[in-house]
Amino acid sequence: MPVTDTMSANERETSESELSLRLERTWRQPGGIWGWFSDTDHKAIGIRFIVTAFIFFLLGGVLAAIMRLQLSRPESSLVGPDLYNQLFTMHGSTMIFLFAVPMMFQGFGVYVVPMMCGARNIAFPRLNAFSYYIYLGGALLLWGGLLTNTGPDAGWFAYVPLSGPAYTPGHRTDIWAQMITYTEVSALGVAICIATTILRHRAPGMTLNRMPILLWEKLVISIAVIFAMPAVMVASSLLLLDRLVGTHFFNPAEGGDVLLYQHLFWFFGHPEVYIAILPAMGITSHLLSIFSRKPVFGYNAMVGATVAIGALGFMVWGHHMFVSGMNPYEGFAFSSLTTAIAVPSAVKVFNWLGTMYGGKMRLSTPMLFSIGFVSLFITGGLTGPLLAQPALDAYLHDTYFVVAHFHLIMAMAGLFAVFAATYFWFPKMFGRMMNERLGALHFWITLAGAYAIFVPMHLLGLAGSPRRYSELTGVQYLTTTAPLQRFITVAAIVTVGGQLVFLLNLFWSLFRGHKAARNPWECSTLEWTLSSPPPQVGFGDQNPVIAHGPYEYSVPGAEKDFVHQNASGNRGT
Amino acid sequence: MTLLTSGVSGRLLAQAMPLEPGRHLILHPGTPQSSHIEWLYWVIFWITFAVFLLMILGFTRAGARAHVDAIEPLPVTKSEEADRKATWAVGSAVAVTVITLFVVLVLSVVTGKRAGGLTSKNPITIQIIGHQWWWEIVYPNPQADQTVTTANEIHVPVGTPVVILTNSADVIHSFWAPSINGKRDLLPGYSSAFWFKVDEPGIYRGQCAEFCGLQHAHMGFSVIAEPVDQFQAWEQQQLKPAPDPTTPEATRGRAVFLTHACLMCHTIRGTDAGSRVGPDLTHLASRNMIAAETLPNSTGALAGWILDPQRIKPGVRMSPNPLAPDDLQALIAYLRSLQ
Repeated sequence: MPVTDTMSANERETSESELSLRLERTWRQPGGIWGWFSDTDHKAIGIRFIVTAFIFFLLGGVLAAIMRLQLSRPESSLVGPDLYNQLFTMHGSTMIFLFAVPMMFQGFGVYVVPMMCGARNIAFPRLNAFSYYIYLGGALLLWGGLLTNTGPDAGWFAYVPLSGPAYTPGHRTDIWAQMITYTEVSALGVAICIATTILRHRAPGMTLNRMPILLWEKLVISIAVIFAMPAVMVASSLLLLDRLVGTHFFNPAEGGDVLLYQHLFWFFGHPEVYIAILPAMGITSHLLSIFSRKPVFGYNAMVGATVAIGALGFMVWGHHMFVSGMNPYEGFAFSSLTTAIAVPSAVKVFNWLGTMYGGKMRLSTPMLFSIGFVSLFITGGLTGPLLAQPALDAYLHDTYFVVAHFHLIMAMAGLFAVFAATYFWFPKMFGRMMNERLGALHFWITLAGAYAIFVPMHLLGLAGSPRRYSELTGVQYLTTTAPLQRFITVAAIVTVGGQLVFLLNLFWSLFRGHKAARNPWECSTLEWTLSSPPPQVGFGDQNPVIAHGPYEYSVPGAEKDFVHQNASGNRGT
Repeated sequence: MTLLTSGVSGRLLAQAMPLEPGRHLILHPGTPQSSHIEWLYWVIFWITFAVFLLMILGFTRAGARAHVDAIEPLPVTKSEEADRKATWAVGSAVAVTVITLFVVLVLSVVTGKRAGGLTSKNPITIQIIGHQWWWEIVYPNPQADQTVTTANEIHVPVGTPVVILTNSADVIHSFWAPSINGKRDLLPGYSSAFWFKVDEPGIYRGQCAEFCGLQHAHMGFSVIAEPVDQFQAWEQQQLKPAPDPTTPEATRGRAVFLTHACLMCHTIRGTDAGSRVGPDLTHLASRNMIAAETLPNSTGALAGWILDPQRIKPGVRMSPNPLAPDDLQALIAYLRSLQ
């Protein structure tokens, strides 16, 4: 209904309420089971991604605990080599393909990005819903495989020729390769939705430099996904052709090339690391600013560092292949580019420090987990320059030192950002606050656990413990490291068990938590101008117009101490 | 904490660990190559440790200066001078980072060159071929009858450069003796070369470092470094074909070997057995260990291995051999005679 100036005030009011009614009708969720499945609302799909990924995170954690039990005693016969190989393959594949990216990029991205942009829904909502179901299909395929004794056992990287038809007959690797294709199609679909939402559906007035840092990170990652995922889909599809159709892409006996697979896999594999960690960095930058009540320090440098990491991430895959006998000059090129990534990473750390410096810190649970992220990022990151040197990597490659490095910086730091984001957006998602005391308890258990598990692993690596050994009696000189292995196992069991505190908090808060206000954390970004939980229709007929930057905290003279991005008119002064 | 503990306890660990025979830590290098690697490790370790301390200091100060209890809005003084100061601080921190990383890179390249370049002439060449799950060791020679072929135990003369040529017969393996040099992948379809020189006699343990299937954890080897004359004596002995059995039992054992599945996979030079699927057994008795450093080379271990290798290394490419007890005894007597 056109609203014209000639209408009386009364008429205009009627037409406005009618407009919002009509909007609500249009955007109402269809009822029934069919309605549930055909729902295309980004909030529902985002929460489905988050819940599904979290379930697979718990399952992956249980696999890790079983592996730790196996390694706690020399000559342990808890699981045989066959099951052990399935366990570590499933643990890696689950955590990377079913948890890290679906949770950080797809889950929180799909839920938060449209609201932060001020859009009613994500761009291409049907593609978005399709992405969820194809991800779910891949996940169920993989876990159905494990439960029917067809669990993949060639490692999460599935190097040929070990994963080829000659050395792993049966359908274990077929399942793995098909799962890769499904989950990567899902990531690609969401990347297109998110990039389009950010580029096309921002509220009027939200110029690029008024975007929250999180949107920048999501944009960079979406572009990285669009370039990285096809490489691994090519690798997994060629592998499937070799296995099922009888082609010889990777069969050296027929002129195939085993290194081709490694190049394709790591051309995806290394950007993948940043695809998993950049959203974590974005959430951390965002939360550190909110809970220090200060603007993000060095916004432009932060954005520049994000773009630099996204771009450099595509030029360093060779550092996974230093020991494959590559030309020393090639090794040098990859080594210097890898070392160069330390620069934008350092810029980020310095800027986080700058953000917190002199701030008015509110140590709520999301803030605790964000500080934990920074701590783990520094500790895990500092071993990066060690591993980037080919001469040193030749010693440390494929040892527990590498396991410790990437678990601290990617797995644990990423997990801390996931928890920070969960505690932070839970009130928005479900309209109730999570318990702060249980949250703090959960934080301290997980932080102590992360360090207790992974710091000793550096020592195992230095002592020469190779990864992926189903038991450790084969190497006599490592028998003296058995007490260390036992300690790690105890720490791992306690940490995995400690997540029960989180589950307890989650379910208790879901039903008994305090009702959340519209904006419990006093944030300036748009999603907090909606009620908690947000109405189905999102912003409805109110079209937010952006007048302020995303991080206007501690503004002198403001009503609280911050200014909403869409606050009209004056800034308070 | 990470780096502090990995450095300090790494050293403690190195002292506490009984490292005989052989020495197996980066902290106990046995060759010039691993000494270079160790040196580079400690240089970068101390640099990153210093960075770590500075970061701890920075965040501690940020925490100490935070107004956690302030109820009033922050007294933010948005003066241009404070902004300039902070930007300058972060800018110089980034500049220091860039310079430090550049120094690390230069050191790394120099070290890589020193560890990778062959500085001495007249090396001996050894070809290592990875198999699931054992190592075929060949000392190539243009004359076929002067070529030594053995398995899992690499004899090298002390003080002589050794060039290792790598290859794989099936999947990717990685050759790694920690106190000798860095690791090198054995790729099917590719051959690559690297070298080392062991300065002190001893037995240096190594193992496969690239996931290669079920028995990845039981794919060991050892580098046995010995004085040049001992090495030459060993080489001369290895060149000989298997001696003819001297006792009736061993003679019967040879017959058992040649009439059962054994000869389908193994070679014993001087007999009709000539397949190269499994390890060459011509001088089996001269080795310390069997089954890729999994079992001692003793009568009992051999018997257990021959009867049911699947029980010891599930998935191994050798099938069970249900031999009659006297056949088995004869076979072992023969194998034990293959000095």
